[in-house]
Amino acid sequence: MNTFKLFLTGASALALSTSVNATDLEVTHWWTSGGEAAAVAEFAKAFDATGNKWVDGAIAGGGGTARPVMISRITGGDPMAATQFNHGRQAEELIEAGLMLDLTELAEKEGWKDIVNPSNLLDSCTLDGRIYCVPVNIHSPQWLWLSHAAFEKAGVDVPSNWDEYVAAAPKLREAGIQPLALGQQPWQSNLLFGAVQIGVGGLDLWKQVNIGKDVDAAGGPDMAKVFEAMGDARDMADGSNVQDWNQATNMVITGTAGGQIMGDWAQGEFQVAEQTAGKDYTCLPGLGVHEYLSTGGDAFYFPKLDDAEKTAAQLELASVMISKQTQVAFNLKKGSLPIRGDIDLSAANDCMKKGLEILATGNLLPSGDMVFSADTQTQFNDLMVEFMNDKSITPEDAHKRYVAIVEDAD
Amino acid sequence: MITTSTPAATQRPIRLFRNKAAKIAAIPMILTAVVVFMGGTIWTIVFSFTKSKLLPKANFIGLDQYDRLWSSSKWGIAIENLLIYGICSLIFSLVIGFVLAALLDQKIRFENTFRSIMLYPFALSFIVTGLVWQWILNPDFGIQKVVRSMGWESFSFDPLNNQEIVIYGILIAGLWQGTGLIMCLMLAGLRGIDEDIWKAARVDGIPAWKTYIFIVIPMMRAVFVTTLVIIASGIVKLYDLVVAQTSGGPGIASEVPAKYVYDAMFLSQNLGQGFAGSTMMLLAVLIVLIPWAYMEFGGRQRD
Amino acid sequence: MTDATTLATRPVASTGLVDGPRGGKPKRAISPRNVFIYGTLLLVSIYYLLPLYVMIVTSLKGMPEIRLGNIFAPPVEITFEPWVKAWATACTGLNCEGLSRGFWNSVRITIPSVVLSIAIASVNGYALANWRFKGADVFFTILIFGAFIPYQVMLYPIVILLRELGIYGTLWGLSLVHTIFGMPILTLLFRNYFTTVPEELFKAARVDGAGFWGIYFKIMLPMSLPIFVVAIIIQITGIWNDFLFGVVYTKPDVYPMTVQLNNIVNSVQGVKEYNVNMAATIITGLVPLFIYFVSGKLFVRGIAAGAVKG
Repeated sequence: MNTFKLFLTGASALALSTSVNATDLEVTHWWTSGGEAAAVAEFAKAFDATGNKWVDGAIAGGGGTARPVMISRITGGDPMAATQFNHGRQAEELIEAGLMLDLTELAEKEGWKDIVNPSNLLDSCTLDGRIYCVPVNIHSPQWLWLSHAAFEKAGVDVPSNWDEYVAAAPKLREAGIQPLALGQQPWQSNLLFGAVQIGVGGLDLWKQVNIGKDVDAAGGPDMAKVFEAMGDARDMADGSNVQDWNQATNMVITGTAGGQIMGDWAQGEFQVAEQTAGKDYTCLPGLGVHEYLSTGGDAFYFPKLDDAEKTAAQLELASVMISKQTQVAFNLKKGSLPIRGDIDLSAANDCMKKGLEILATGNLLPSGDMVFSADTQTQFNDLMVEFMNDKSITPEDAHKRYVAIVEDAD
Repeated sequence: MITTSTPAATQRPIRLFRNKAAKIAAIPMILTAVVVFMGGTIWTIVFSFTKSKLLPKANFIGLDQYDRLWSSSKWGIAIENLLIYGICSLIFSLVIGFVLAALLDQKIRFENTFRSIMLYPFALSFIVTGLVWQWILNPDFGIQKVVRSMGWESFSFDPLNNQEIVIYGILIAGLWQGTGLIMCLMLAGLRGIDEDIWKAARVDGIPAWKTYIFIVIPMMRAVFVTTLVIIASGIVKLYDLVVAQTSGGPGIASEVPAKYVYDAMFLSQNLGQGFAGSTMMLLAVLIVLIPWAYMEFGGRQRD
Repeated sequence: MTDATTLATRPVASTGLVDGPRGGKPKRAISPRNVFIYGTLLLVSIYYLLPLYVMIVTSLKGMPEIRLGNIFAPPVEITFEPWVKAWATACTGLNCEGLSRGFWNSVRITIPSVVLSIAIASVNGYALANWRFKGADVFFTILIFGAFIPYQVMLYPIVILLRELGIYGTLWGLSLVHTIFGMPILTLLFRNYFTTVPEELFKAARVDGAGFWGIYFKIMLPMSLPIFVVAIIIQITGIWNDFLFGVVYTKPDVYPMTVQLNNIVNSVQGVKEYNVNMAATIITGLVPLFIYFVSGKLFVRGIAAGAVKG
C-alpha cells in the first residue's frame, strides 16, 4: 500500500515536474506535536519522492514565533522556500511588497478553482486575482465537546444544544463537576465567543457583524443576547484553571468537566484517550443550534527566491501539497478535513463525518482570520479573555467595548 | 584635576597619541552605541508615528498610535504590573541578595555549596523557570494540594489564578532565578571591604548590623550600581517568564510592557503600536538613566 | 570612594584574591548565632532547590504516574526513558534526534560569540577605564542605555544592519548580534575592574614605553583572569540559553539546542510529556550548570574584583 502511494505521488509529480535536478527546499512550520509531525512527514515524503529534498524547519509556538522568523528572513534577503501560515489576511503585506511567489499559472494549469472545496479557501489565498498560497486543510473552531461520564454522574441527559447545556450547568456544579472547561490563553476565550456568536446569534447576525462590519447589528439586541450567553459561559467556566487547550480537553475526557468549546483538533485528544464519539463523548458543531462551521485552516506561502531551480521546486511542492494522494494521507494524520471535494474519507469517525456533512451542505462561514486583520483579532482576544476572567465587567460593558472594536476594525 | 584620576595622564606630549589608540580600540563600542542602540532607538521612534503593520512602512499618522496605546486597558495594566514587579523585585533582590551574602560571609562551612545552590537557577532559561513554577504554584498538584493533603483543608495558595496577586506569583519565580547572581555580586562587594574596617568597628564597639548599614553599604556603592543596572534591565525586559508562567493571564492581569510590545508587533501585526509601546518604555529608562549618568560622570570630574 | 581605599582594598590577582570571609569571628560550633545562620541558609536552600527537585523527580517518572499527581512525591518506579528520549529521540518536526541535534550547533554558536564579545568588551572597558578620552562617558551612557532595550524591538533594525553587512543568516552574523547585546553589561564589568588596577603599575609601564596594546596584553590581561571568567560565565549562560536570536538570524541546519528545547516544551498540540520536558530542560542547562559548579570559586573572585569599584 505504501509503495503504491509512493508510486502514485511520484508519478503524478514527475508528470508535472519541470526540473529533474534535486533541489533542497527549506520549509518553516509550527507543527511539532506527534500527530502533526506525522502529517508533515506525509508532505515531506511526497516531496522527496519528486527527487527534491524537504529541509525541515519546525519551530513550536505558532504564528507569534514564526512571524518574526519569517519576516526577518524575507526582509533580510535570505528567505525559506516555503512557510506555513494561517490563510487569511496575514500575509497580505508581504504579497503587496512583491515578496511572495505567484502561483496563479500553476493553479490554472491544475484547475485549483474546480477542485478546492469550499471555494472561499482559495479566495483567501487570492489577492487582486492572483493566487499566492496553497490551502492544505480545513479546521473549524465552532464545536462543543461534551463528556458523557460527567453528565451521567450529575444525573442529567447529555444536552443536544447550548440551552440544554446551560440549564444542566447547576446540576453539574452540584455534582462537583466543572460545567465548562476553558484554557486561560486569550485565543481560547475568543474562540468560545466565535462559537457562541454563531450558535446563539445565527448566520445573518454573524454575517452582518463579521463580514459587513455593521456597527448597528453589532450593537443591536441580538448581539446583546450573545453577550448574555457569554455571561452564562463565564459562570460555567468559573474555576477552570488550566492553561492549554488540551489540558481543558483532558478535563472533558476524564469527566471532571462537563464540556469544552474547542475546534475540531480536540478530536485528536479523544482519539489518543481511546474514546468513541457518541459513546464516551458528544460533539455538537455550531453548539447544536446553528450548525455552521467556519473554514479556517492552514496554508503554505512561497517567498520569492532568485534561483530558478528553486522556484521550479517550489511550484512542484505546491503541486504535491494539493494533490489527491497527499491530501488524503496528510489529513488523515492531521485529523483535519481535506480541501478537495473529490476525495473519499471513509476512514473518518462520527464527528469528522458531521463536519463533512456540513461541508457538503455548504453551511460554511469564512474564518475570523479571513474577515478581520490580526490586529483586530488580537483586540477581540484581549477583550474576551478579560471578560471571561473579570466578573466586574458586565456583559453590557463587554458588548459596548466590542462595538467599539468593530467600529475601528480593519 | 581630571588628569590625576587617569593613569599616566601626567605626560602631556603623548596625550594625543594615547587618545588615538584608545579611540581606535573603542570603535566597536562607539559603533554599537551610536549605530545600533541610538540608531535603532531613533528608527523605532520614527516608525512609532507610522501605521506600519506587518512591515515597517513610512506612512505617518502622527500620534494615533500613542492615543491608542494610552487608551488601551491592557497597556495600563501592563504599566501597573511593571511598577509593582519592578519595585518589589528591586527591593527584594537587593535585600535578599545582601542578607544572603552577609550570611555567607560569616566564615561558615559549606560556603561553596550554599553559593552554588543559590546561583544555579541563573543557568536555566526563563521558559523553564516559568514552567516549573507554574507547576509548583498550581493549586491542583502543587503546594496547595500538598498542604491540604497534610490535613489543612482550607489552605489556599493559588497566586497564578487570582487576578489580584498573579504578579506576585511571577515575582516569586523571578526572584528565584535572579537573586543568586545578586547575592554573588554582593558577596564579592563584602569581600572587597578591608578587614581593618571591621576591626576598627569592633574596637569602637559598634554592633555588626550598624557597621553593615552605616559603614559597609556606603562603601559598596559601585557594587550597588552594577547590581542596579542588572536588576533594572531585567525588570524592563521581563517577558519570557510571564509568557511561560501565565501567558499574561488570568485574563490580562499579568500583562507587562515588553509582552505588550511583542504581541503588538508579532501577534497583532501592528508594528507601529509595538514601536509606540517600546518608545514609551525607552523614554522611562532615559528618565532614570540621564540623572544617573550625570551624577556618575559629573561627580567624577571633581575627584 | 577614595583612591587610598582603592589601593588598600583592591587585591589584584598578583597579590592573591581575598577570598576569606570578613564577617564576625565564629566562636562555638553550636551557638544561637550559628543556629540562626545555618537555619536561615537551609530554609533558603529549600526555596532554591525545590524546583530542581521537582524537575529531577518528574523527569524520572512515567507519564501515568505524573497524571496521578503529586509533583513532590518521589518516583515509585524510576525510569530513565524520558532522558534518553529528550536527548536522542524526541521529535521536533520531522527530525527525531532530540536535543542531540542542536548540541553541536549551540557549541558552534557559543564559542565564537563568547570569544568575540569578550574580546571587544574587555578592550572597551580597558579604554574607558584607563585611557579615558573626550566623549567616552557619553558613549558609555548610551551603551548602558542599550542594556534596557527589549531585544524584540531591535529585531528588525538588526536585520537591516546584517543585510547591509552581508552577513545575514551566517554564524558570524549571529556572533555579532550576541556581541552587541552582551556589550553593555560586559563593558560595565570590565570598566569597573580595570579602574581598580593600581596606578603605579600603569605609570611604570608608561615609563618603560609601553603603548595602549602593550599595556593591555602585558599587564592587563595577565592580571584579569577572574573578570574574564565572570564574563565567560555570563556570556555562556546568556548565549547558550538564547532562543530568539538563534531562531531569527540563522537557518534550520544551524539552529541551536534551545530551538529543539522550545519545540519539545512548547508544542501546542498533543499530549504534553512533562517528564521529557523536564529532562530536556535539565540537559539543556547542563553546560552552564557544569561551568558554574566548576568555576564557582573563580566566579565569586572575579566578581569581587570586577564589580566592587566603579
